[in-house]
Amino acid sequence: MSQAQPRPSATPAGWRNDFPILRQSINSQPLVYLDSAASAQQPASVIDAVARYQREDHANVHRGVHTLSHRATDAYEGARDKIREFINAANRSEVVLTSGTTESINLVAQSFCRPRIGSGDKILITHLEHHANIVPWQLVCEQTGAELVVAPIDDAGQLELDGFWSLLTNDVFILAIGHVSNALGTINPVKDIVAKARQRGIPVLIDGAQGVPHMPVDVQDLDCDFYAFSGHKMFGPTGTGVLYGREALLDEMPPYQGGGDMILEVSFESTIYNELPYKFEAGTPNIAGVIGLGAAIDYLQNIGMQRIAAYEHDLYNYMVSSLKTVDGIRLIGTAANKASVQSFLLDDIHSHDLGTILDHQGIAIRTGHHCAMPVMTRFGISGTSRASIAFYNTTDDVDRLIKALLKAKQVFG
Amino acid sequence: MTGQAAKTDDLYDLYRELILDHARSPRHFGRLQEATHTAQGINPLCGDKLTMYLTVDANRVIQATSFEGSGCAISIASASLLTDAVIGLTVDKAEAVFSAVTDRLTQGRADNEPAFDINLEAHFEKFKALDGVREFPSRVKCATLAWHALHSALSHEATPATTE
Repeated sequence: MSQAQPRPSATPAGWRNDFPILRQSINSQPLVYLDSAASAQQPASVIDAVARYQREDHANVHRGVHTLSHRATDAYEGARDKIREFINAANRSEVVLTSGTTESINLVAQSFCRPRIGSGDKILITHLEHHANIVPWQLVCEQTGAELVVAPIDDAGQLELDGFWSLLTNDVFILAIGHVSNALGTINPVKDIVAKARQRGIPVLIDGAQGVPHMPVDVQDLDCDFYAFSGHKMFGPTGTGVLYGREALLDEMPPYQGGGDMILEVSFESTIYNELPYKFEAGTPNIAGVIGLGAAIDYLQNIGMQRIAAYEHDLYNYMVSSLKTVDGIRLIGTAANKASVQSFLLDDIHSHDLGTILDHQGIAIRTGHHCAMPVMTRFGISGTSRASIAFYNTTDDVDRLIKALLKAKQVFG
Repeated sequence: MTGQAAKTDDLYDLYRELILDHARSPRHFGRLQEATHTAQGINPLCGDKLTMYLTVDANRVIQATSFEGSGCAISIASASLLTDAVIGLTVDKAEAVFSAVTDRLTQGRADNEPAFDINLEAHFEKFKALDGVREFPSRVKCATLAWHALHSALSHEATPATTE
C-alpha cells in the first residue's frame, strides 16, 4: 500500500462541460468515462460543426460548380489545412485523409511496401503493437515473402532498447512502431528511434493513434516518414483518419485504391492519377467527419496541447498512485515514460467481471485484450482492465474508480 | 434496464454465492483423456476460450464430462454447472437441456417457468443461479458459451462454437 499523491490543483471543470455526453447518469450514477483510448468523446463544437455542415453546406467535394459544393470543398480542405498545421507537416499534399489509423497503415503496407519488397527483406515492428500495426504487415509479408521481425519488450512493458538497435539492419525495409502503446501506455522514444533508423536508411512509420490526442506532435521534428492517426481518438468523429507521408515517398507510391477523385483523366487505355494527396483519396470521402475533425483540432488548439499534456500527466500520476493503494491490484505496464492508459488486474477477478461491476456503478473502462493480444501473451495473461484518461477527466473520476474497485472486491468477497 | 434505476442487488444477483463457488472451484476441470466428443467454445468479443470434453457410451448416454480453458466468473461457473448436470443424460436429453437453458438465458423466460418438462428439476434449480445475467445483456454470451460448446461437441461440428 502506498500513499495517494496529492491531487493536481487545476481541475478543468470548464473543459468537462464542453462534452455533452458526460452529463448523464449510467445505472443511476454520474457517468465516469475512462475509455478514451478506445474512443474519445466529442465536444459540443465538433457535434455542432458536423450538424451545421449537414444542415447547411452538404454537397460532394471537388466536383460541382454550385455554391454548396464550393462550401463543402472549402470546409473539407480547410480541415486538411488545420491538420497540416496541427502536426506541422511541411505541405498539405503530405496530409492524406483516410478512414482511420488502420487504413493509413494498410495504405503504406500495400502501396509503399508491397511493390518493392520480397524474400530477404524484413519488416520490423515491436511486441507492443496494436493489431492494426501487426496484421497489415503480416499480410504484406504473406504476399511478398518478406519476414516480419518483432522487437522484444521487458517486464515493465518498454522496448529493450539495447537489443532494439541491433535489429536496425540493412535488410529492414521499414520500421513500424507505435508512439504510445494502447494497451500499456508506454511512450516509445520515437524521436531517437527515427534518428537511428534513418542513419541506416530505414523508413519509419509511427502509429500515432494514442500519441496525437495526448501530446504535441511535430512530424518534421520527429523526422518520421509516415505518421498515422485517427480522428475519433482525438475528440473527432469516427471514420476519419490521417496518413502523414513525406512527399518524396508519397510521390513514388502507386495509388492504394482506384476510383473517382483520385484521377485527372480516365480512358479505357490509361488513367492519369491526380496529384498528391488526392491520388490516395478515391471515392467520396467522409466529408462531415473530416469537418468535425477540423473542429476538434480547433478545440484542442484553443486549449493547447502542452497544457493538455501537463494536466493529463498530473492526473495520470494521481490515477496510478491511487490504484496502487488498492489491495490486490497488479499494474500491467510500469514503464518509466507513460501516458493516458493504465492496465491492471485486481485479485483474481476476471476483467469482464470487473468491467460489469464498474459499469454497474456508472464507470466505463475497457476490458479484455485491447486489440493487442501479443502484449497480453507477453505478460502471460488473457486480458486486463484498462482505465484511460483524457483532459475531461478529473480526480473525482479517479476517486470513483477506486471506490468501485473496492466494491468489486466486496462482491467477490 | 428500461430506464429504471438499477438495483444494487442486481450485482449480487449476478454474482450469487453458487456462481462464485463454481467460478473459484470449477467441477470437472481438466482434460478428459478418453473423451469421445470434444469441442471448443470461443467468445471472440472477449477472448474467453473453453474446451468441452464428453465421453458418450454405446447407448448414447453421457458417462463423463470435463472442460478446460479460461474465462470470466460467469462463463467458468456456467461450464462447471453444465459438466455437473449432463452426466448421466442421453445425448438427446442433453440437447434438450441446451435448448432450454439457452432459451431461458436469452429470452428471459423466468417469469413463465417451468420451461423444462424433462425431469431435471434438481439440476434446473442450480441453473437458475445464472438468471442474473438477464439483467446484464452484455454478459449473456458468457453464460451460454459452454452450452454452445456442448451442443457443438454433441453434433460433431468441426469448427469451434462461438457465441456470435
